[in-house]
Amino acid sequence: MTSAPDQQDHHAPGEHDPDEHGHFGPYGGRFMPEALIGALDELSAAYDKARTDPEFTGEFKRLLRDYAGRPSLLTEAPRFAEHCGGATVFLKREDLNHTGSHKINNVLGQALLTKRMGKKRVIAETGAGQHGVATATACALLDLDCVVYMGEVDTERQALNVARMKLLGAEVIPVKTGSRTLKDAINEALRDWVSNVDTTHYLLGTAAGGHPFPTMVRNFHKIIGAEARAQILDLAGRLPDVVAACVGGGSNAIGIFHGFIDDPDVRLVGLEPGGHGIDSGEHGATLSEGLPGMLHGAFSYLLQDEDGQTIEAYSISAGLDYPGVGPEHSWLKDTGRAEYRSVTDAEAMESFQLLARTEGIIPAIESAHALAGARKLGEELGPDGLILVNLSGRGDKDMDTAAKYFGFTGDS
Amino acid sequence: MGRLDPLFEQTRAEGRAALAGYLPAGYPTVDGSGELLAAMIDSGCDLVEIGVPYSDPVMDGPTIQAAADSALRNGFRLRDLFTVVESVASAGGRAVVMTYWNPVHRYGVDAFARDLAAAGGLGMITPDLIPDEAGDWLAASEEHKLDRIFLVAPSSSAERIDRTVKASSGFVYATAVMGVTGARDQVGSAAAGLVARTREHTTLPIGVGLGVRSGEQAAEVASFADAVIVGSAFVSRAAQGIQPVRELAEELAAGVRGAVRSA
Repeated sequence: MTSAPDQQDHHAPGEHDPDEHGHFGPYGGRFMPEALIGALDELSAAYDKARTDPEFTGEFKRLLRDYAGRPSLLTEAPRFAEHCGGATVFLKREDLNHTGSHKINNVLGQALLTKRMGKKRVIAETGAGQHGVATATACALLDLDCVVYMGEVDTERQALNVARMKLLGAEVIPVKTGSRTLKDAINEALRDWVSNVDTTHYLLGTAAGGHPFPTMVRNFHKIIGAEARAQILDLAGRLPDVVAACVGGGSNAIGIFHGFIDDPDVRLVGLEPGGHGIDSGEHGATLSEGLPGMLHGAFSYLLQDEDGQTIEAYSISAGLDYPGVGPEHSWLKDTGRAEYRSVTDAEAMESFQLLARTEGIIPAIESAHALAGARKLGEELGPDGLILVNLSGRGDKDMDTAAKYFGFTGDS
Repeated sequence: MGRLDPLFEQTRAEGRAALAGYLPAGYPTVDGSGELLAAMIDSGCDLVEIGVPYSDPVMDGPTIQAAADSALRNGFRLRDLFTVVESVASAGGRAVVMTYWNPVHRYGVDAFARDLAAAGGLGMITPDLIPDEAGDWLAASEEHKLDRIFLVAPSSSAERIDRTVKASSGFVYATAVMGVTGARDQVGSAAAGLVARTREHTTLPIGVGLGVRSGEQAAEVASFADAVIVGSAFVSRAAQGIQPVRELAEELAAGVRGAVRSA
């Protein structure tokens, strides 16, 4: 049995870090108002100091183990794999973490950092509510005030998570501007941050935004890939052929990808939300269909029109309908180290139900995109294939959406 | 030599601050914004800042957000910006553009600078572009002789102020408060301090924006700044018609002239 690898390794500066200004190739950087640069500098300095401080990394490791429940399991999924061209499929069970998704890793790290910076108030954005719930949880644990911005559309889609956040003591502010979804929640959080930056940390939920967020958030999630690599070597006796993960902003994907980034024979595949299909124009396939641009502080692929106005993303999954993506994914795409494909709502929902009925595991709809991608990859690889899927979250929060989609509502 | 230098030579000679008024292009319509901007200049604005409506204006409060949304819903296209700039410039008005960076990047930084200069624009204010990331714009602004107006904030360190003013020309935009755009009852007490700190690093004129809405406030800001910048208050008046916009410009213009200069 393997134990969790040494956490400190995931934070030490390394060759996959961006340059000192946060650039991954041409991507990343800081396209932010000057008023926030001081806060980003403060955060960079605090994180740079913390990432090599055994007191910080030790406390983070302890919380991941004793509070979040790490290491998360690696589970083989043989009955699901029968629908994957006969390939072998393993699931990295981030759904089993406390609060039900990978989000807890980043949240615990940033909340600890907030304490170190002497700030008392945390703001966050949330789409599906996974990150909001995780943030509210960490703030309850560490005695921080918590305000979560959530698009009004999402507060309706994810009413259960709104109740969770309120129970945990957070204030949830519905955002009524723009498309009233995740991107607008980030806009509103940034407006709050610029007004309250002295007392407030913006606990961004994905590996996007201005430097140092993409690197810092990635490093807090590298534990996923590090554990998974050791576990699959232990259980399957070899490295996987493919690692599959869903990509909205891209935090769970970047976390698991980094466990294998130096294994050139392991393909890294990100699955983006194809919504009603790429041709419909209603999707969130930023890397597949977007063009590089600036949104929320970073230069990265972006769904935008010919005037540079952001195009609203669509997905059945409230956690994936984001028109931007973390800048390191843009770099991994351009360098060819990772590939990105899209999965439609229908394909994702088919895999959502399939995993429930073959393995007794209800995945988040986000993670169901990775599962649908794995089915196609399995067909391509054939029976000798070995696929690792990041099951980034559990699907309890999605039951309302699923019940409507499958017609489970009413008396039937 | 900045394109706005003659303006500030003139206002300094008159012993007063300049008045800069902001309005988004395309609000309420493309032609309507041209008429409103012309009225602002007629009624006492020395300079107009023509905003580019953008889908994700993170530095703007509700008033300018709503105006940008309205302009975009009415079909504003980026090419319309140059029409509005040209209408102001051809009537003899001084105009700079204020824009989030992605529309410029998407258009092509050099092409945008070229077309802005051709329309008679004098420079660009870039609220989400810091000099550290502005390599393309530094080159294009030199090539097309446009002023680069970067921002400093109360949170800016001395080092950052120094870097920012060295990259700037025309004037430096000092944000009066830590926050987004919007009319306020009081201009932040941080503004005067920020202007003083900025003056330690530059002889460029310094304009102060965020929150000014009355002649009294304009007079207060004019006592320590070289330009008083008014945005949301004009946008609110623009919703009411051209006469309220004229009245505000006249009140503010009297304010910048009535101020007692501290320098």
